[in-house]
Amino acid sequence: MIDLTTRYLGLTLRNPLVASASPLSKRVELVQRMEEAGAGAVVLYSLFEEQILNESHTLDHVLSRGSESYAEALSYYPDLPHYNLEPDRYLEHVRRVKQAVQIPVIGSLNGVSLGHWIEYARKIEQAGADALELNIYDLPTDPAVPSSTLEEIYVTLVGDVRRQIRIPLAVKLSPFFTALPNVARRLVEAGADGLVLFNRFYQPDIDLERLEVVPTVHLSRSEDLLLPLRWIAILSGQIDADFALTGGVHSAQEVLKAMMVGARVSMLASELLAHGIPRLSEILHELEHWMLEHEYESIAQMQGSMSQRAVAEPAAYERAQYMRALNSFDRWLP
Amino acid sequence: MEQPWTTMDGNEAAARVAHRLSEVIAIYPITPSTPMGELADAWSAVATPNLWGSVPTVVELQSEGGAAGAIHGALQAGALATTFTASQGLLLMIPNMYKIAGELTPTVFHVAARSIAAQGLSIFGDHSDVMAVRGTGWAILASSTVQEAHDLALIAHAATLRARVPFVHCFDGFRTSHELNSVLPLGDAELRALIDTELVRAHRARALTPDRPSIRGTAQNPDVYFQARETVNPFYAACPAIVERAMEQLGDLTGRRYRLFDYCGAEDAERVLVLMGSGAETARETVAALAARGENVGVVTVRLFRPFSPEHLLAALPPTTRAIAVLDRCKEPGSVGEPLYLDVVAALQAGRRQIPTVIGGRYGLSSKEFTPAMVRAVFEELARPEPKNGFTVGIDDDVSHTSLAYDPAFSIELPATVRCVFWGLGSDGTVGANKDSIGIIGAEPATYAQGYFVYDSKKAGSVTVSHLRFGPQPIRAPYLIDTAGFVACHQFAFLERLDVLKLAAPGATFLLNSPYGPDEVWAHLPTEVRQAIRAKGLRLFVIDAGQVAQSQGMGGRINRVMQTCFFALGSGMPREQAIAKIKASIEKTYGKRGPAVVRQNIAAVDASLAELREVSVADEDSGRNGTAATEARRPPVPSAAPAFVRQVLGPMIAGEGDRLPVSALPCDGAYPTGTARWEKRNLAVEIPVWEPDLCIQCGKCSMVCPHAVIRSKVYAPTLLAGAPEGFLTTEARFKEFPELRYTLQVAPEDCTGCGICVEACPVKDKRQVGRKAINMAPQAPLREQERANWDFFLGLPDVERAGLNLGTIKNSQLMIPLFEFSGACSGCGETPYIKLLTQLFGDRTMIANATGCSSIYGGNLPTTPYTVNHEGRGPAWANSLFEDNAEFGLGMRLALDNQCEQAEGLLRAHAALVGPELADALLAADQHDEAGIAQQRERVGLLKLQLRELLQAQAAPRDAFVAAECDALNQLLALADALVRKSVWIVGGDGWAYDIGFGGLDHVLASGRNVKVLVLDTEVYSNTGGQASKATPLGAVAKFAARGKASPKKDLGLLAMAYGSVYVARVAMGADDQQTLKAFLEAEAYDGPALIIAYSHCIAHGIEMRKGLEQQKLAVQSGAWSLYRFNPALADAGGPVLSIDSKAPTIPLEQYYQSEARFRVLAQSDTARAAELQAQAQREVRTRRAALERLAAEQGGPA
Repeated sequence: MIDLTTRYLGLTLRNPLVASASPLSKRVELVQRMEEAGAGAVVLYSLFEEQILNESHTLDHVLSRGSESYAEALSYYPDLPHYNLEPDRYLEHVRRVKQAVQIPVIGSLNGVSLGHWIEYARKIEQAGADALELNIYDLPTDPAVPSSTLEEIYVTLVGDVRRQIRIPLAVKLSPFFTALPNVARRLVEAGADGLVLFNRFYQPDIDLERLEVVPTVHLSRSEDLLLPLRWIAILSGQIDADFALTGGVHSAQEVLKAMMVGARVSMLASELLAHGIPRLSEILHELEHWMLEHEYESIAQMQGSMSQRAVAEPAAYERAQYMRALNSFDRWLP
Repeated sequence: MEQPWTTMDGNEAAARVAHRLSEVIAIYPITPSTPMGELADAWSAVATPNLWGSVPTVVELQSEGGAAGAIHGALQAGALATTFTASQGLLLMIPNMYKIAGELTPTVFHVAARSIAAQGLSIFGDHSDVMAVRGTGWAILASSTVQEAHDLALIAHAATLRARVPFVHCFDGFRTSHELNSVLPLGDAELRALIDTELVRAHRARALTPDRPSIRGTAQNPDVYFQARETVNPFYAACPAIVERAMEQLGDLTGRRYRLFDYCGAEDAERVLVLMGSGAETARETVAALAARGENVGVVTVRLFRPFSPEHLLAALPPTTRAIAVLDRCKEPGSVGEPLYLDVVAALQAGRRQIPTVIGGRYGLSSKEFTPAMVRAVFEELARPEPKNGFTVGIDDDVSHTSLAYDPAFSIELPATVRCVFWGLGSDGTVGANKDSIGIIGAEPATYAQGYFVYDSKKAGSVTVSHLRFGPQPIRAPYLIDTAGFVACHQFAFLERLDVLKLAAPGATFLLNSPYGPDEVWAHLPTEVRQAIRAKGLRLFVIDAGQVAQSQGMGGRINRVMQTCFFALGSGMPREQAIAKIKASIEKTYGKRGPAVVRQNIAAVDASLAELREVSVADEDSGRNGTAATEARRPPVPSAAPAFVRQVLGPMIAGEGDRLPVSALPCDGAYPTGTARWEKRNLAVEIPVWEPDLCIQCGKCSMVCPHAVIRSKVYAPTLLAGAPEGFLTTEARFKEFPELRYTLQVAPEDCTGCGICVEACPVKDKRQVGRKAINMAPQAPLREQERANWDFFLGLPDVERAGLNLGTIKNSQLMIPLFEFSGACSGCGETPYIKLLTQLFGDRTMIANATGCSSIYGGNLPTTPYTVNHEGRGPAWANSLFEDNAEFGLGMRLALDNQCEQAEGLLRAHAALVGPELADALLAADQHDEAGIAQQRERVGLLKLQLRELLQAQAAPRDAFVAAECDALNQLLALADALVRKSVWIVGGDGWAYDIGFGGLDHVLASGRNVKVLVLDTEVYSNTGGQASKATPLGAVAKFAARGKASPKKDLGLLAMAYGSVYVARVAMGADDQQTLKAFLEAEAYDGPALIIAYSHCIAHGIEMRKGLEQQKLAVQSGAWSLYRFNPALADAGGPVLSIDSKAPTIPLEQYYQSEARFRVLAQSDTARAAELQAQAQREVRTRRAALERLAAEQGGPA
């Protein structure tokens, strides 16, 4: 019998397939179906800092605007007894999901600035989440702000969130750091139990006919795996945290690779969005089949087996590999 | 034990009792009673039970007539039923009121008494409505304070059950209905003590039931009707004693004692006033002050006006009474006296009581101030040997000389009462903050508080004045503050146009929101303000509240900042305590809107005090605190304005309309048009700036401008001589106008800064796509230059209409709008349609306008946006009522057609005299286009000339035949203008067209007459604050549909199409402006009734008004609002009658619903129901689209 269990953020998962934050977790029945299909855990869709702040402000704006201006219409809306704003709905959703499934449920909070919004970390914990994923999705645009300042903010933010909660905390990062290992270490020192690599930035596009900037969403592809794969390989042996690989996981092959470089779990969403929740059980089946065929007893056995520290040629993950890869283009020369 | 004082207004005070004592509540919104219905609905929505544990059923009807009918039915079926209404609403209930009383049915109608529309509509308070129902057989019980509105509501409900006489419980609209005051609320125990459940059971036992059948509403004949009418006498005879007993019971329970006729004053009073309503409170307080000075005066407060009990009145009058003045808050033209006066006279007669002097007078119509000074003036009049009967007080009647002089300086204000006045903008939240402050202060132990709020008549940029009193004694002063120890001006710009310090007492504190700091502000104050500050010795404090609010992300909502400063300076409360109270209040008020808003407000409080600065007032206008004197306050209208505008409208604009004498005002309610242009309200922070190099001259910005402030003209280059430097011009890009120049000009002082024009501009700068051909820029630096440009632009000639193809947007926008600068909301979705109407047909249009937003921004004094072209022609506009507008317009059409027929008949009969050729041309004129109308106008001009010459030649005919001919020619001369085609447009909102006026609209459309109907569909009652109408879409939250409207929107267009003879179009300018234009032109051209239903985005939709056009687009793309034109005229030509002008839905309905708060808040409050209703609405979209396509296919049109 093959042991697929893994430990992530102090939780024991029945296997390393974790459904990452996506619209699929917006409905309780879909989370149940993911559980039935074999997901080891689920990260719920993200509650955004902007939702916490903006919805409240927007509601206030709408209810206040035009009021007390004109004698015949002192308001324009009935005074409803309560407003179930997105943050509250999110918490309620956490509660309902927790009641509906047995697998660990990881809440997700997405934001970047320091402020009161992080109190929702505690509220997500109180709602029953087994762990929290803090998604630091920042796009610096101010030339006056140096990277050191931003990094300091992220570290402070992680520390602030850490102090709000007792449940394990994972931090989801982007790959765009000059000194990613250093940042990773500082975030872990600030209280992160795990690091999720990497965040995908959704890049806006341009509509040439309308001359408008338009948002785009592309699902991940298998090639996207390589970036987090390398970084987990480099970091997993050096940083004392549980690593999760996300982005580019579409088959058992990618799950295996993720485990081998040292990830505790591999997260997937695009594959499920594109081909359905049953893909989870298919991938699990492929995973077991491969392990059986290659005589692996457990996931733990392979975890980190190909991290930078473990491989025979650590430079393969470093700059030297880059030069070799570039040279390999030579064969396309005419 | 300390009494639990609560601050509430009169509406809430009455509704709190009515809701607890009712089972069925049928309502219809009408100012100022609307909040009672809204509160009742809100309480029932959260299952607040009545006294017997059930939740009252609250239903909104299609009119007050409907509400009365529903109440009548509910009563017949044995329910305890009530309604809330006012003014025209009460009048619409009269037929049912006679029935309900005739059937001896207990019920109470709570009325916020309001003026009735006569020479003009007024939403404000007097007793015209209540007096109009005095013949219905209803008891009328009048409250004079907020506490009484609470207590007497209970008395009315208790007494009606015992007496079986239905009750009107009334209190003064606005003055009591909207005054916040400290009230001791009645508990359920008190209600139970007074409401006899046996009587409730008896009421039920009398109900119709098939189990014990009876019939009511029989038709009675001469043999018995009269006798049957007399059967009820004993019930009316018993009623006063029943009310008296209920009052005694309440007095025993609460210590608050009321009598049917309550006397107060000197025991040996010789001069006595008799009056009812809030004026009685003023009179009581004044009498107390005068009697304390030894004057032998008194006042009788009338509480039970019907059934009128002479013996109770006589018993209330001191035996020493020698002179009585009866004050009526209404006018009954042509009568011997007003109703209360006549009743008092009759009562004295009935009681054989000889009082040497009894006079009557009028006061306080339409919430006109009634002050202690006026009360004293009436007493002084009574002391004269021959006092004036039929007097007025509070106005200057220089026509009939009825008015009494009074000394405005006379005051009885208690020294311990703190009086504060706040000038604010509607949009800055001043009133909301002050209501909050009243709540905070009123909750302090042994502190009584009062708040009253004055709003102006504009929806955009409205000025509010808050009057706050508080102190250690109950506030019994139902009149405005005339001297205040604290004055706050929340908008610096007010200083240049309003006398904000006129109410400041000597030594008062003046808090000013100023963009200038303590060292600079003095130099920026108008001369009059500096003088007032010095002369009155005011302490001046400034804060840059705008900056503080901005820094806290609160935009223009400066209320929290100013409230904090008020508490620091004027509340008398220790600072720390005050700040804590404000914060607690913020938590309470904003808690359910989310913690982010709570924190933001609290942060604003914390940030405020640090920025509050006292200004050391300079003795001279020089040195540190000031340079040379700046400008004086500018006059309300420019000196170039016509005399009527300067002398009559100007004072109204300046808030000084109370000073106008009777002679200044038109006697028949007719006012000149073209007056809004003189107001120059300077509301916009930013205005659009034109980029001639980028502009493609499409006209879209001009078309969508809700305020007609963007105009375009083409003109000969030579006309640029004398143009101000900086006047922008470019080559005209019109094939019709080669070689001409083109200018797009903005009216900088009339723009409201909504930015819709920028959203509509389709051009993007290729070098910087964010830049358009029109962009917003700060107004202040542009104001002078653009004012000069605007004036020059107006002087350029308008484009000749005849021969121009108006079927393109760009050409249509060269037409001068004859509707400009209205007081509608900034970014209004209705006004662009009205403006377009006036551009296309305004020079020959009569408009019948239903009451609602469009009648308010169209016809609310002081000014009107309707205006004239260079020939002096323009829309003639009138508002009749809410419910009868279609019929009103039809009447106009009938008159015009009749006049035209008469003129044609006379012309035929006298063709030989006026010239057969001219007569034939006039009779056969083709007036289907602009050129045809222009030619006909010329012919009519010739005809008139001819007629005048003929008549002149026969100046004094002796021959009878010639005299008769002359008479006919004179008639023809008077009717000649009727030969030129006139349009009648019937304009109104969805509340009118779908609900209250639907029956009439339906009939008028069926009449086949040539009337055009424009329905400005905002999908709610916008003017009264967003109540649901039958146009409200499925799933939208509105008042009276707090759980989301559960039924689909009525398809008015389909109903009209069913006749097959009505032109029908559904349009949305923001989605398809060309289709809108086409619809207007086709509707006008159609020889028969036409209906245009126009999607009008609205502040009540919960959208950014600047994005209104985008919302219209989403509505159309989602299929929520399909565009079509149904033109029966095309049937003859065999063409497709129905043309669907919008594609099948391209986006899910959800996308549209998500973008508007009216739908979104339902998801926020009841997610499951929102999803259910939205799914239903999506199905509805599909069904309706399919039905429309089937119809189009049947009609031979493209699907």
